Formats: sequence, C-alpha cells, structure tokens
Amino acid sequence: MSSVQIRDVRKSFGNFEVLHGVSIPIEDGQFVVLVGPSGCGKSTLLRMLAGLENITSGTISIGDRVVNNVQPKERDIAMVFQNYALYPHMTVAENMGFSLKLRNAGSDEISKRVKRAAEILALSPLLDRYPRQLSGGQRQRVAMGRAIVRDPQVFLFDEPLSNLDAKLRVAMRTEIKELHQRLKTTTVYVTHDQIEAMTMADKIVVMHDGIVEQMGTPLELYDKPDNQFVAGFIGSPAMNFLKGHVRVNGVATFEGPNGVKLPLKTAPAGSDGKPVVYGVRPEHFTIADDGAEAEILVIEPTGSETQVFAKVGGEQVVAVFRERHQFNPGDKVRLKPDPALVHLFDEATGKRM
Amino acid sequence: MAVMAEPVAAQVRRSSLWSRAFESRNCLGAMFMVPAIAILILFLAYPLALGFWLGMTDTKIGGAGRFIAFQNFVSLAKDSVFWLSVFNTIFYTVTASVVKFAIGLYLALLLNERLPFKSMIRAIVLLPFVVPTVLSAIAFWWIYDSQFSIISWVLIKAGLITRYIDFLGDPWNARWSVVAANIWRGVPFVAITLLAGLQTISPSLYEAANLDGATNMQRFRHITLPMLSPIIAVVMTFSVLMTFTDFQLIYTITRGGPINATHLMATLSFQRAITGGNLGEGAAISNAMIPFLVAAILLSFFGLQRSRWQQGGRD
Repeated sequence: MSSVQIRDVRKSFGNFEVLHGVSIPIEDGQFVVLVGPSGCGKSTLLRMLAGLENITSGTISIGDRVVNNVQPKERDIAMVFQNYALYPHMTVAENMGFSLKLRNAGSDEISKRVKRAAEILALSPLLDRYPRQLSGGQRQRVAMGRAIVRDPQVFLFDEPLSNLDAKLRVAMRTEIKELHQRLKTTTVYVTHDQIEAMTMADKIVVMHDGIVEQMGTPLELYDKPDNQFVAGFIGSPAMNFLKGHVRVNGVATFEGPNGVKLPLKTAPAGSDGKPVVYGVRPEHFTIADDGAEAEILVIEPTGSETQVFAKVGGEQVVAVFRERHQFNPGDKVRLKPDPALVHLFDEATGKRM
Repeated sequence: MAVMAEPVAAQVRRSSLWSRAFESRNCLGAMFMVPAIAILILFLAYPLALGFWLGMTDTKIGGAGRFIAFQNFVSLAKDSVFWLSVFNTIFYTVTASVVKFAIGLYLALLLNERLPFKSMIRAIVLLPFVVPTVLSAIAFWWIYDSQFSIISWVLIKAGLITRYIDFLGDPWNARWSVVAANIWRGVPFVAITLLAGLQTISPSLYEAANLDGATNMQRFRHITLPMLSPIIAVVMTFSVLMTFTDFQLIYTITRGGPINATHLMATLSFQRAITGGNLGEGAAISNAMIPFLVAAILLSFFGLQRSRWQQGGRD
C-alpha cells in the first residue's frame, strides 16, 4: 500500500494535448474514482499511472518514488482491464499465478497465494477452468484475483464493470467495495458511470476535456458542485438548469424564462441583474401553492419514487417525488424548489456563485 | 366444412413425391449436396482410384496394361533412383519448411510492430506469392545459370570468389539452390498467415503480461506462441503438403538433374509416366507419396484438434 501523487501531468498525442495539467493527491489506502464523459482523459491518466503510456510532462509518484521512467513491471501495481485481458490458454489458477511464476516464486508459494485469493473471491471451485468456461461475472472476479494475488501497492481498475449486465454490475460494485474495505489497498478506479463513482469512492475526481473539474467526497460533490458541469454530471436524474437573472428587490428572487419567478435564500453580493443559471435537483421540488406553475408532460413511476417531467416557463424540468401524487399528463401543478438547496452558477463561466 | 376439406385433400394428393421431397429436411439436404459430391467424385475420387489402379498395372502410353499387383512397388524398392528421390523429397520438405517457418514468423513479428511504410513492406513481402511459379522458377534458373548467374557475377566483382559457382551442376549445390527458390516462394504465405494470426491477439494481453512482470522474451514464450499455435499448425500443414508435392519449381529449374540429385517423387513420377511412357510405374511412384502425406495430415489432424482452452464452455 502506498500513496500516489499526480502532479501537473500533461499528455499529448502528437500535437494534440489530451491532458492539460492534472494534479491529484491520493492518500494511502484511499479508493479514488476518476469519472467523466468519454474522451475526458481518465483512461489515459490511468494508463499513464500503470506505465502503459508515456508522461509528456509532470510527475507521477507511487509512495516516495517518481515513476515517470519506471517500467510498468517495476511499479508494483496491478490493473483490472475493461475486457479483463485473461490469458485464454491458462486456467484460472494459472492466470492468477502468472505474475508470481514470472517472479520465480516457488510452486508452493504460488498455490498458497492463489488459493487464498480464490477463497476471498469465491473462485475456489473454478481454479481448473479456462476463461472461456466462465461467465462474465466470474471472469471479472478472476481478473481481480490476478490483481490481489500479487499484493501490489496500488490497484488500478479501468471500467471493470462496463461489460456486465445491470444486475451483476450492482452486485460486483458492492463486492469491489467490500474487497477494498478488507484489503485497504490504494485503489484508482476509472468509470463513466457517476452512480458507480458515488457508491464506491472515498474521493471522486470529476474530469472533463483533460482537466480536473472538481474532487472531493461523493456528498461534497453532490451538495456543493463547483461548477455547472459537475452539478449536471453528478446525480441521476440530472440537475435541472434554468437560465435567467437574479433580482434583488427586498427579497432575492430568480427570474427565469418567460417571467417564471423562483425563490432564492440569499442573493450573492453584487449579483443583482446578473445572468445566472439556476440549478435545482429533481428531489428538491415540492408541490406548494406559492410554487411556479408547471404543466405535467410525462410521469414515470419506478415504484420507490416517481419522476415527473414538466414544463416550467417553457423549459422542461424533472422532479422526483417519494410521495404518491395522483398526477395525469396535462395537469397543471405548482412546483417549488427548496431555496436552501438551490445552486446558482455564473452563466458566462459556469462557476458556482 | 366438407367444402373446405375437399380442396385441401386434393392438394395433399397433388403434392406428390417430388414436392414432398422438397419439403423433407433430409431429402432437401441430400439434394443440396449432390453438386458437391459430384465434383468430388469426378475430380478427386475417380482420379485417385484410377491412380491406385494404374499403380497396380504395367500400363504404357498407347497400350492397355495388365494387372500385376505389387510388382511395380517391388521393382521400385530395388530402384536406387526412386530411393534417391524419396531422400530428396524429405530433405527438400524438411529444410524448406523449417526455414520458411523461421523467416515467416520473423517477418510476421516484424510487420506486427509499428513500422514506417508498413503497408508497402507488406505488399513487397507478398510479391513472391503473386508471381506465377513458373515465371519465378525461370528467374531462378537465370540466377543459377553457370555463365550468367548474377550471384556469381556480384561475388566475383566483390573479389570474394574467383570462378563462377556451378549452382545447378553439383548435386548438393543444386539441392540447396532449389530449396532456396522454394523458400523464397513459400515465405510470403507463412508470413502473411502468421501475421493475420498475430493480429487477432488482443493488445491488452500484452499489457496485462507487461504489468505482471513479463520480459519481451517471456511475452513471446507465454502469450504469442501459445495464442498462435493453432494458426502455426494450419500453416505448417499446408506448407509441408505443398512442399512435399512440389513439381513446378524443380521441373522448370533442374528437371531433376544433375544425375537425379534434385528429383522429387513428383518429378520422378512425371518423368517415368509421361516422358518415359510407363504410366503404371509413374502411378506407383505417386502412390508411394500417399503414406507420407497421410502421415503429415494425421500429424496435423491431432495437432489441429482444438486445445482445451479453445473449446467453448457450458454456455
């Protein structure tokens, strides 16, 4: 186990820069999730950490050692690939013991460590199978087993769950988290799925277009997004955004499209008349007489909650209710955001105000 | 109901044997196989059977032969030229196949790396395969010519030798010369096929091996070779069969000379049967190739059986 320091790392392919100076401190034993839309550079960053891509500038250190020029095999890291990259001509046991075999470990030592890893991952009955004879979830576990057999400084996961079906993904999510709680090995996990990030991470790093938009604990990112990108990326269904202006006229209000007025707790200093984006999460709407008028378009019950798509001032918003309202499409209701939980962003820069 | 039932019954009656055959799965399947079976019988089974039969007769061109059972084989067993051709064929096949495999694998590995002008190099590698065999054989004939050989000329100009090499006049020189021509011609097939096999190996396996601590040699030994082994088995079977039965190159370059030093079983068979007119004896020589070919095919059959890791699982 050790800490990882990523300092002002840049990556260019030819003249095209894909990472524009990324710095991420990772503490010993932390579970860090790099999340972002495809093309944001998260996988490239992970591959640079693994040593599979060169570092154009900046430094990456594992423990106290700068690893920029250290060969992947010398970095003492283990990676779980998106397609698992299991060796098809080796049995599960051989797959898991391959790295130890290359290190000239004795066969007793290898089988002892493979057995222990197999017990942790419930793979013991499958040790003599070949990868082709395994289901997707089992292959996933073998890939993790191959990583934990080595007892490395850092685990790297590159979208490991994206080839699994939805139900298995949820189960494996829990399994990986539990594994981390047991082994406490520093882990860097890449995903594009913000729910995976929210549920598993000690620290989330939201990346976008080669820069870090924000990092913090899942709830920090959820409650206090630094900018409109993070606000829209974290949370499902996504946060509603309405463009408009702040009006300070005794009480601070937000004046949205087509004259819609929505409440504000306080107006940030000097924001009177400024163009802003008003952000409100779907679950922070309530039905109230002093709310903004909304016309219901579509109702999607999921059982535990109901998602209501409605038009407010001509813009579509989504609200989520845990109570069971009797709505019908076309109904007019009054939606009121909780002013304490509203987010305001500068329209020009997208920064939180 | 009766009105309805009548036409149906009539239809059933009318759908006679012929149309019922078309509806039956088995009959239809058999019918689809008829053309393939006809072609196989006409062009494969019949000539093979005829060859077997001829090998047991003393047929000469222009005359019907008598059945003489195994007498052709008995006389061949005492024929030193026949045994020389067997030795030549085995020597030719083994040396050429081994070298073709080595060079082919090397080229395939090279072409699988990131190289400048890769597609051009790949096209050049394929060239020997594109040129008609007889044309390239004639080119080699000139290269090996005792007076006009470009190799001898270059070596003399470079001051390395003083007199022209007698490529095709000396038995061992001639053997190595035709082996070299066969290698030149056969390498592209091996290289391109192995390259296709290499390209099916997922790069992430190499990355995983890299992280697992494998050196370049270990990656070749533990990833490339095992993953490539099914393709190697196919390629080498084809290569051995094609080399063993080679005729065109030898016949164009040396016609089996000097003093039968490069006669393969195929060329000897042609010489005895067509040039010499002894169809029966020529067929017997051809038939003598069969045990070797069957052995090669059996070897590859067991080699080609999919290893356990390639077989599907329960799903």
